[in-house]
Amino acid sequence: MSLTRDQVLHIAKLARMGVEEAEIEKFQRQLSQILDHFARLSEVDTENVPPTAYAVPLQNVARDDEPRQSYDRDKVLANAPMAEDGYFRVRAVLE
Amino acid sequence: MLERKELSAVELTESVLARVEAVEPSIGAYVTVTADIARVQAAAADRLRAKGLGGPLTGIPICQKDVLATRGVRTTCGSRMLEDFVPPYDATVVRKLQEAGAVMIGKGNMDEFAMGSSTENSAFHPTRNPWDPARVPGGSSGGSAAAVAAGEALGATGSDTGGSIRQPAALCGIVGLKPTYGRVSRFGLVAFASSLDQIGPFGRSVHDCALLLQAMAGYDANDSTSVDAPVDDYAGALSGDVRGLRLGIPEEYFTADLDPAVRACIEEAIADLERAGATIVRGISLPSTPHALAVYYIIAPSEASANLARYDGVKFGYSYHDGGGMWEDMERTRQHGFGDEVKRRIMLGTYALSAGYYDAYYLKAQKVRTLIRQEFDRAFERCDLIVAPTTPTVAFRLGEKSDDPLQMYLSDIYTIPVNIAGLPGMSIPCGFAQGLPVGMQLIGRPFEETTLLRAGDAYQRLTVWHQRRPELAAMEAGS
Repeated sequence: MSLTRDQVLHIAKLARMGVEEAEIEKFQRQLSQILDHFARLSEVDTENVPPTAYAVPLQNVARDDEPRQSYDRDKVLANAPMAEDGYFRVRAVLE
Repeated sequence: MLERKELSAVELTESVLARVEAVEPSIGAYVTVTADIARVQAAAADRLRAKGLGGPLTGIPICQKDVLATRGVRTTCGSRMLEDFVPPYDATVVRKLQEAGAVMIGKGNMDEFAMGSSTENSAFHPTRNPWDPARVPGGSSGGSAAAVAAGEALGATGSDTGGSIRQPAALCGIVGLKPTYGRVSRFGLVAFASSLDQIGPFGRSVHDCALLLQAMAGYDANDSTSVDAPVDDYAGALSGDVRGLRLGIPEEYFTADLDPAVRACIEEAIADLERAGATIVRGISLPSTPHALAVYYIIAPSEASANLARYDGVKFGYSYHDGGGMWEDMERTRQHGFGDEVKRRIMLGTYALSAGYYDAYYLKAQKVRTLIRQEFDRAFERCDLIVAPTTPTVAFRLGEKSDDPLQMYLSDIYTIPVNIAGLPGMSIPCGFAQGLPVGMQLIGRPFEETTLLRAGDAYQRLTVWHQRRPELAAMEAGS
């Protein structure tokens, strides 16, 4: 297997993804299988080949910086899991 | 019929809503049915038509994939994470179709965050194939495709990142078009992989798709990746004439993975097009095709891992807040809010972008992406369109591939390269194998949707495959 149990836990940590004990082995097996499939890319000669990020040649698209009406605060907060006094409510960042 | 006033938009909408009520228990194409909105829109369409106004889509009932934001109507993206999310705005394509007079019947079911090839990854319920309820409709836009195939809508929208319009269109026996990257605005599309995602239409015929694309296409200042190029007259391009059109047949799409019965249908369709006057160019070569799957499953999850970082339980969506602190809350929110496939892809992408692996995975994939595009460009020097199968097999059974992600991924091997290269692609019904629909894929040069549509329409004038309907009555009795 190309991924170790510790690597799976490390990736989950980086992605801020909680995983249950029972899932760790499953993800380790499945992700390893997929990564093994990726190994075939190393056979491709990409010497002097530039990378492609987008299929259309668009760069630095900007629009005029004109002020415009934004949504009402109530509308924006309507989907907030926790709101208070017109603000998003969050857990303490600094304990 | 609407134009000749033989049928009102209200009557048409009521008949489609009745159809939805009758077949939804066995199909499950919709996450949300918006009957009240549909009735209001249909009545407005009739008022317009009474004044002699409106266009070809005025009063036409459609299904909107639940990946598109709809103002005041919950938009779940097939996920628990967005189960109760009600957008404050409409996606640009939703607004444009509404302005064209289309009637929204509801929001189409889908694989969670458009990640999947069977619609089994919906957090709510799977969608079943109208041709055989034991089989999947494909995915991720499986709800949209099944709705059109089952008569629960006359047209639909989908999004296609690696085949999510074309593959379900093929498996459900309808037409599905993925436009060129940049042709349709993605403002209001829940982002999956931003360098690959594109929105497109489903219809029973190529002509229907041309009408829908006409309303959807065009530049939008709200999407900086939409391209400011003129929109062609799509319906006007349907001349029925393919004489002299050069159709390239790529050998890499006709390998041992391809089901012989599917292959036979494609070969027959190519022969039909040749008899209609098209020139067949054999031996077109796209040698990097076998690497496309790996390129896709590095690039798409990498972009997804960044796009889905916004689901932190703070601004909108599902939120867990009984943990020991901010970080634990965030981890639990994502643990409970996302399904397995989404978790797998976020983890894959996180790994591919992480320190020490970026060059070996992400950068390498972007370089091979260049090779794939260059090979298509070279192929299009010898031909005007590429003809290939859409999928290696017909619809598979529910549960058949759900425990094996790699097998599931392989069902998109013929559609993925088109997204990587940013080209337009379309799937058209071209026969049946084991009683299930087979799709032929047409691939074109960037922004040459007219060529795809013209060839597809010419083919449909010669064939009857798109006129076949699943026997739903028998299915309801039998299942």
